[in-house]
Amino acid sequence: MLHTTIFVLVNGLMYGLLLFLLSSGLTLIFSMMGVLNFAQVSFYMLGAYLGFQLMVWTNYWVALFLAPLLVGLLGAAVERYLLNKVHMRGQVAELLLTFGLSYLILEAVKLAWGVNAVNYGIPRSLDFPIFSIAGVSYPAYNVFMMAVAVAIFILLYLLLKKTRLGIIIQAALGDRDMVGMLGHNIAQIFTLVFGIGCALAGVAGVVGGNILVTEPGMALSLLPITFVVVVIGGMGSFTGALAASLLIGFLQNYMMTLNVSLAGLAGLSMGAHAPFYELLNQPLSQLAAIMPYLLMILILVFRPQGLMGKVKT
Amino acid sequence: MLQVTDLHAYYGKSHILQGVNLTVGENEVVSLLGRNGVGRSTTIKAIMGMVRVAGSIRFKNQEIGGLPPYEIARRGIGIVPERRNIFPTLTVHENLLIGMKRKHQKGRWSVQATFDLFPNLRERAATPAGVLSGGEQQMLSICRTLMGDPDLVMVDEPTEGLAPQMVEQVGMLLERIAGQGVAILLVEQKLQIALRISHQVLVMGHGRIVFSGTPKDFLSQESVRREWLEV
Repeated sequence: MLHTTIFVLVNGLMYGLLLFLLSSGLTLIFSMMGVLNFAQVSFYMLGAYLGFQLMVWTNYWVALFLAPLLVGLLGAAVERYLLNKVHMRGQVAELLLTFGLSYLILEAVKLAWGVNAVNYGIPRSLDFPIFSIAGVSYPAYNVFMMAVAVAIFILLYLLLKKTRLGIIIQAALGDRDMVGMLGHNIAQIFTLVFGIGCALAGVAGVVGGNILVTEPGMALSLLPITFVVVVIGGMGSFTGALAASLLIGFLQNYMMTLNVSLAGLAGLSMGAHAPFYELLNQPLSQLAAIMPYLLMILILVFRPQGLMGKVKT
Repeated sequence: MLQVTDLHAYYGKSHILQGVNLTVGENEVVSLLGRNGVGRSTTIKAIMGMVRVAGSIRFKNQEIGGLPPYEIARRGIGIVPERRNIFPTLTVHENLLIGMKRKHQKGRWSVQATFDLFPNLRERAATPAGVLSGGEQQMLSICRTLMGDPDLVMVDEPTEGLAPQMVEQVGMLLERIAGQGVAILLVEQKLQIALRISHQVLVMGHGRIVFSGTPKDFLSQESVRREWLEV
């Protein structure tokens, strides 16, 4: 029992923080600017590939600095020269533009690095087990990833709550026109925010790309879960996004330890030909992957502003 | 300081401003009177760059027509909109900080100076602005605009919906602002405030200025009041 609890806590924390790392850029762009950036995970993928390439050419630490910078600059250029132009036509136009952009990035990645996974490894300086619990050893790199996620949370929190720029961004979330009439160049501020959001995706790519796999399908496979984190966390709330990531991490890992099925929980005994037999007799551990989506639907129905959202979605 | 010449504006097919001409001199307080819907709010929104217009708007001898609102604000025009537009989730103090155009802006007003103008705001500095009363929100909205150190403030219906005691306080606040050498273009329904603090009175009707004169001239012409103001 104790081992299970520790397993759930450690793995849940690790997965939760990885989720936060992946969704932090989207939280910034979706929550703060209201832009449905379909290409966010593509910037993440680009970060992973650029990280891999720069690591081959130089070393991991140079890659960790340069790749997010390049992705951030590309993101800022996309906002300045493309998104900005369609903003007046609303979210659908933005969504379609970023949808098209995600395919462009995907094809560019395939042309540059091929269709197979690249050999993006963990840097040697962090490639050792740091601790072990009940015979399971945990790599130092995962602890590094968690530290990066926590650092990003703290920096974003300070940026939004303690700096003048953060206060202006929060004000603009509710009333762009008024912020403009007070003398602030909102277009420039939003280009900066979008660039930072994309740079965060770049950081997630460099740090997460070698924990997960760096291949052309990585963007699409992560798209749904990152949106789920933002919706569950609530628009306009970084603390909400962190809480949602950790909640999903803990719940999913807890469900993975459950051998009981839904039929077993309800005390049902049913024949193999009964309706929904397969679904009801699956162990709950098999259903862990769909739990975040179920949670999102429940949140949308019963608490549409999300766990800590300030703005109505 | 501000010269508006032959200003036209449209909302769809409606011709809202039909050749507005007005001037506001340095340190001058000008009231823009008129019935609802005659284009007073549109006039100040147009000066602020929020409405597309034809015609000329010159401020400090430079054309500002067609500039984005943030650029117009940076040239020295501030606006206090009719709906106040405070940022409800931010604190009173944060609302005031956003009014500053630069982090270390030095001008006529500081946070402390605005608190001196309206001490209630000092007591509620850490309170989210959304929970303030209507009158306090109006004061906050005016003080927030002052933080940008404008040379001309355009105030749209500042006493709308306020209790009589609060109306008087708004009037006194506007007088103190004018006392600091700030020009004011005031859109107002309540004649007693407008006439008390203004140097010049403009009356609008059918999208243009139909009367222009001193408060004394205005009071002597009852026909203007009957034709253009009384409902």
